[in-house]
Amino acid sequence: MSRLEILKTYKIFIGGQFPRTESGRYYTPLDKKGQPLANMCLSSRKDFRNAVVAARKAFGSWSEKTAFNRGQILYRIAEMLEGRKTQFVEELVKQGSTEAKAKQEVELAIDRCVYYAGWCDKYQQVFSSVNPVASSHFNFSALEPMGVVGIIAPQTNGLIGLVSTILPVIAGGNTCIVLASENLPLCAITFAEVLATSDLTAGVVNILTGTEKELVEQFHSHMDVNAVIYAGGNKEHALAIETGADCNVKRVFVYANDFTKATDENPYYITDLQELKTTWHPIENVGGATSNY
Amino acid sequence: MSKHKHKKTEAFDFNGGWDYSPSPESTGHVKLKERYDLYIDGEFVAPNSGKYFQTTNPATEKVLAEVAHADESDVDKAVKAARKAYENVWSKLSAKERGKYIYRIARLMQEKARELAVVETLDAGKTIRESRDVDVPLACNHFFYYAGWADKLEYAFPNRNVSALGVTGQIIPWNFPLLMAAWKIAPALAAGNTVVLKPAETTPLTAMLLAEIIHESGLPAGVVNILTGYGDTGAAIVNHPDINKIAFTGSTNVGKIIQKAVAGTGKKLTLELGGKSANIIFEDAPIDQAVEGIVNGIFFNQGHVCCAGSRLFVQESVADEVIQKLKDRLDTLYVGDPLDKNTDIGAINSKEQLETIRKYIKIGKDEGASMYESSCELPKKGYFVRPTLFTDVAQSSRIAQEEIFGPVLTIQTFRTIDEVIQKANNSPYGLAAGVWTDKGSRIFNMTSKLRAGVIWANTYNKFDPTSPFGGYKESGFGREGGLQGLGAYLKIER
Repeated sequence: MSRLEILKTYKIFIGGQFPRTESGRYYTPLDKKGQPLANMCLSSRKDFRNAVVAARKAFGSWSEKTAFNRGQILYRIAEMLEGRKTQFVEELVKQGSTEAKAKQEVELAIDRCVYYAGWCDKYQQVFSSVNPVASSHFNFSALEPMGVVGIIAPQTNGLIGLVSTILPVIAGGNTCIVLASENLPLCAITFAEVLATSDLTAGVVNILTGTEKELVEQFHSHMDVNAVIYAGGNKEHALAIETGADCNVKRVFVYANDFTKATDENPYYITDLQELKTTWHPIENVGGATSNY
Repeated sequence: MSKHKHKKTEAFDFNGGWDYSPSPESTGHVKLKERYDLYIDGEFVAPNSGKYFQTTNPATEKVLAEVAHADESDVDKAVKAARKAYENVWSKLSAKERGKYIYRIARLMQEKARELAVVETLDAGKTIRESRDVDVPLACNHFFYYAGWADKLEYAFPNRNVSALGVTGQIIPWNFPLLMAAWKIAPALAAGNTVVLKPAETTPLTAMLLAEIIHESGLPAGVVNILTGYGDTGAAIVNHPDINKIAFTGSTNVGKIIQKAVAGTGKKLTLELGGKSANIIFEDAPIDQAVEGIVNGIFFNQGHVCCAGSRLFVQESVADEVIQKLKDRLDTLYVGDPLDKNTDIGAINSKEQLETIRKYIKIGKDEGASMYESSCELPKKGYFVRPTLFTDVAQSSRIAQEEIFGPVLTIQTFRTIDEVIQKANNSPYGLAAGVWTDKGSRIFNMTSKLRAGVIWANTYNKFDPTSPFGGYKESGFGREGGLQGLGAYLKIER
């Protein structure tokens, strides 16, 4: 007798948990042959709002973790991803990739996690400064995360696009709400399972599945989202986000690349989502002693 | 001119009621023209429309000069000149030579510093002490600082190729007219861009003096174009299709309009917008220093400062003492003739702004807050407001939430560190903050948790060309000053 396979229910990822969409709706992306891939959650704006609440709640503890600790957690993500390599390859193949290309994409994703894990405690030194002001003050500028970031992941390359947009954002101490590729969503939810087992603080990454068309407005109009990354490749949606971002002066970044190249990883993806804070303090200036001993 | 008269307070009774004699700065060496034209393509030209408007001295309400009102066609002409200068001259010049021009501008400004200071005070109403000691030197230093970057750009952004953007459109406010022009023009030129700049309609004169200095420096025609005008002139700059970058300093409302207008055009954008910055006094702070810091934080430049420390948070245990000292200090402030070297608080920049400030003072009273104002006499002519503070202010009060942009301070109290961090961060703005405490570890706790771009610890309202300035949240994005300020004017290759 052949054994009946257990099919996976793909749910969404909010606040470290895997709920179904509150809307109860689903959609069914198809594979290349027109066969259904799975019933995916068709996330609603309420799901988006819940995700923002979770992301905001997680921001304080995530951003205040030591940089070294964030690096360890990102490295842990790479470890978990490596362990599930076969599953990701299978899903990519199921979604239309060749075996070889799928393997390449997964390996690139793992290596990219390691790459950004390493940056967690290094970009600050590269991009911060002590400023030689012309008065008796000590003055320095250091980077701080922007806060809650909305990410619309690339429609192509369901795994590497997702990983390449999420990793620099959380490496820098931000939290995020991510909308996965509409037609290639399987890896996104499996990646959420990786995140859930990597000691990542709950709510740091929240992943929704659904349509850009329905959710794009939420990304730019939500008043508690500080910045939006749009990598979905739809010019109309990019424009909608840029146009709507004024409601709370959101920072908007439109990435046009597909993140498959080696040059698609660099610390400037981290600094995009950083604020620069400059601090002043007076230097005591009494007496005549100098340092000329 | 009437002598300053002050109420005698117990704390500041120096016996005998002595007062300073007036000590006005002479204006004899300053010769303003009757009319200022637009500076386009290296020439001073009349506006196409033939329209001019008057700029007045807010301290006397007297007309100083008339200036051109540039329209869309003038802006187009300026952008074409800037594009031509960029393509044919400025981008072909070696970086070293480019830097030398900027140094030359800095030097010429230093030579004319006194004239610039007096005109700034006449046109903006700010005290001569401030124009002379803060605005003008900082403006000169800004040019001097960025001049040196011109041939060192490859060191600024590690492992990236950088290049100029092209033509930049810049719109500046009326609170620091010359200084803001310097903040905009200096880094733009150092990065290799050409400039179309519009000063604010109430304070166009020092920008036109700067145009004359730039002309005198021999900077190639069209590299810097300065156009006076109103909001419509600014809109024409923002919407011009051949501009590569917009830099705006001004209100959050206008900033949002610009962000929307620029959406989808590919123009690079930096916004330096409003603020409602918290100034936090802990019980272990050196109280007398802190009181001076509060005064400087809110009354510097008549409170026309985007990073003004307009929300004071005092720890409950020292609240009575701090508020009493603050009230006493308020009564010693000299309000009046901005040209007088004794004056602490000059004129409100315009009638419109005066009305806005009065409106907010009324809102504060209507909301039930307790008002205290200095007992000083105000000059009969001109736009003046007494330094004012409100106690019994709720976190939700409009005067504690909205930017007033005048010498009006709201005071709230707090008990714990957590409480004050939450209250301070509970604002759509995030430009600056101040912390006063003698405890080092507390300073770093506070400075790392306050969500603002500039934090002053045991000091306030300090600026420097090497020190990046700019906000979080609705206070805008991008930084001005320092190495990081170059990023706003460069294409940084991915």
